[in-house]
Amino acid sequence: MKTIIYIIQKEFKQIFRNKGMLPIIFVLPLLQLVILSNAATFEVKNIKFGYVDMDHTTTSRALIEKFNASTYFNVLTDFSSERLASSAMLKGEVDVLLEIPNYFERDLYKEKYNRLGVTINAIDGAAAGVENVYVTQIIQRFNSNLKVDLLKPSDKQVQPTRIETIPLFWYNQTLNYKTFMVPGILVLLVTMITLFLSGMNIVREKEIGTLEQINVTPIKKSQFIIGKLFPFWVIGMGLLTIGLIIAKLIFNVPMLGSLPLMYFYTSIYILVVLGIGLFISNFTDTQQQAMFIAWFFTVIFILMSGLFTPIESMPKWAQILTEFNPIKYFVEVMRMVMLKGSGFMDILPQLLKTLLYAIIMNGLAVWSYKKTT
Amino acid sequence: MSISVQHISKSYKNVKALQNISFEVKEGELFGLIGPDGAGKTTLFRILTTLLIANEGTATVAGFNVVLDYKNIRNSVGYMPGKFSLYQDLTVEENLNFFATIFGTTIAENYDLIKEIYVQIEPFKDRRAGKLSGGMKQKLALCCALIHKPKVLFLDEPTTGVDPVSRKEFWEMLKRLQQKDITILVSTPYMDEAELCDRIALIQNGEILEIDTPAEIVKHYPKKMYNVRGDNMYKLIESLKAYEHQYSVYPFGEFVHYTDHRTDFDTESLKDYLKTKGLTDITIATTQPTIEDTFMELAK
Repeated sequence: MKTIIYIIQKEFKQIFRNKGMLPIIFVLPLLQLVILSNAATFEVKNIKFGYVDMDHTTTSRALIEKFNASTYFNVLTDFSSERLASSAMLKGEVDVLLEIPNYFERDLYKEKYNRLGVTINAIDGAAAGVENVYVTQIIQRFNSNLKVDLLKPSDKQVQPTRIETIPLFWYNQTLNYKTFMVPGILVLLVTMITLFLSGMNIVREKEIGTLEQINVTPIKKSQFIIGKLFPFWVIGMGLLTIGLIIAKLIFNVPMLGSLPLMYFYTSIYILVVLGIGLFISNFTDTQQQAMFIAWFFTVIFILMSGLFTPIESMPKWAQILTEFNPIKYFVEVMRMVMLKGSGFMDILPQLLKTLLYAIIMNGLAVWSYKKTT
Repeated sequence: MSISVQHISKSYKNVKALQNISFEVKEGELFGLIGPDGAGKTTLFRILTTLLIANEGTATVAGFNVVLDYKNIRNSVGYMPGKFSLYQDLTVEENLNFFATIFGTTIAENYDLIKEIYVQIEPFKDRRAGKLSGGMKQKLALCCALIHKPKVLFLDEPTTGVDPVSRKEFWEMLKRLQQKDITILVSTPYMDEAELCDRIALIQNGEILEIDTPAEIVKHYPKKMYNVRGDNMYKLIESLKAYEHQYSVYPFGEFVHYTDHRTDFDTESLKDYLKTKGLTDITIATTQPTIEDTFMELAK
């Protein structure tokens, strides 16, 4: 026990003496949290909107006025011809193009039916999808207002019943994306920092040759590993704490669930990450190699975690793969506990899977750590 | 026997690092492994310190088998790898404390053993190990290897890259440690250090060429050795190498060590030959062969 405590002390001394490492551990993650949470947004704003109005009637102007009134669209230009509009789209000057055909108003009143041309720049597929929804919503609303005007008294009998939906967004009523992103990015930071540090730590001893000296001492494998990894467990918990404070103070993210539950889950989750880090350490010879392998896994874990893209929309095989992704569980748990106030029983499946993962990873890591070479 | 090595062989993929090595080291002996880089010295050290398992053969250290009793060996040996491998970002004292702790002891407990060495680096005890000079690092590493009072001390090329004064000091320290009943196995590529050992093993390409005391080893040299000197060293070596009766020609400091094929060799004929080659100030005198000469001869 005394040995473990001494190793832990030694690790902390080394971490705090490493002038290059300190900012990496404490400053960068917080910068990331502040920057990413503000920047990584799914909302599409300031859409560059152009239109070709061939009709020039009150109806067509009223429609354009609707777009103008929307906060999402910046109504830019009135193109005189379709050709000009297309070339502007090609140059990237407009994202969304609306074409109002000749006799739009006349035909609409006469035939109660007409077509509008909408062209969307789909270079960024995700943004194009969102833009499409905005455009459709605006046109539909305009359409339903119009219908009332168009109806003649004689049509009253055949008026179709309209079904209107008013969605309620539970757990995040205003669909504030920060509320939803901050817990996720916090997860990312805790994972990245602890994985990189633990992955590089034992390799570092290999690189500078101290591991060879340690290996001829009577120290036990378990003592050494616990002594080496415990400091990073503490750092991981520390990062979570700082991250939660920032989430509360800067982003005012709701924290409905219990804090002890979050800490309890995180304490087990970090064990998984440390196990992966140690495992990487055992199979690499230099910090550089360890870093690359750690990156490889982090990128896959992050992209398949449901943090940026919903897991439900992934292909079946990818969904199965995400079952092996510890970050997925952490993201789920953090969002559930913070936004929904889930209790112990609600997160029990994730907790058990994480615990199992921790046992397997650490078992593999300790087994593959050899004191001989 | 403090160290006993029986028919040890070790090979990496295509390289035979050690081939059928056997030797024994008595208790309290200062035993030297002398050989050039790549001879297999470090591999042998790693086997004896339980870091590596041999393909064939058995070895015991302090009475423990290196494979079966490796745990006991780790408690009773001190190992100083060739590369400085202490924590550069910890201070002298912290390094020493660290190794004392993982061996389950304290500095105070075995202070008398390291005292003589430690007092020399004590003024710098709050300095980081990375900031020490080469000789100081060496002393610190030795302290760390001794802190648990080992029965056997393994020193892998401890003086490589250390200045001549520090090297001399270092060997004096080893001599004193020997008197405290510590068996020392030391490897070195420097032949002059070999003479300071009780016994030496000459090793090359993973094979032991000869094991004996330094004094006996030089006696095994089969020829009479001459110191030859002239005004132009380069020309002298060239001329000697071209001489039809030469057996060996090696530069040695300001002299050339020369041996002749013939049994009835007389120095005058060589002198005359060298004069014809245009050399002046020629002196030729008999000399004692050194371990280096013996090694060169055996390694031929």
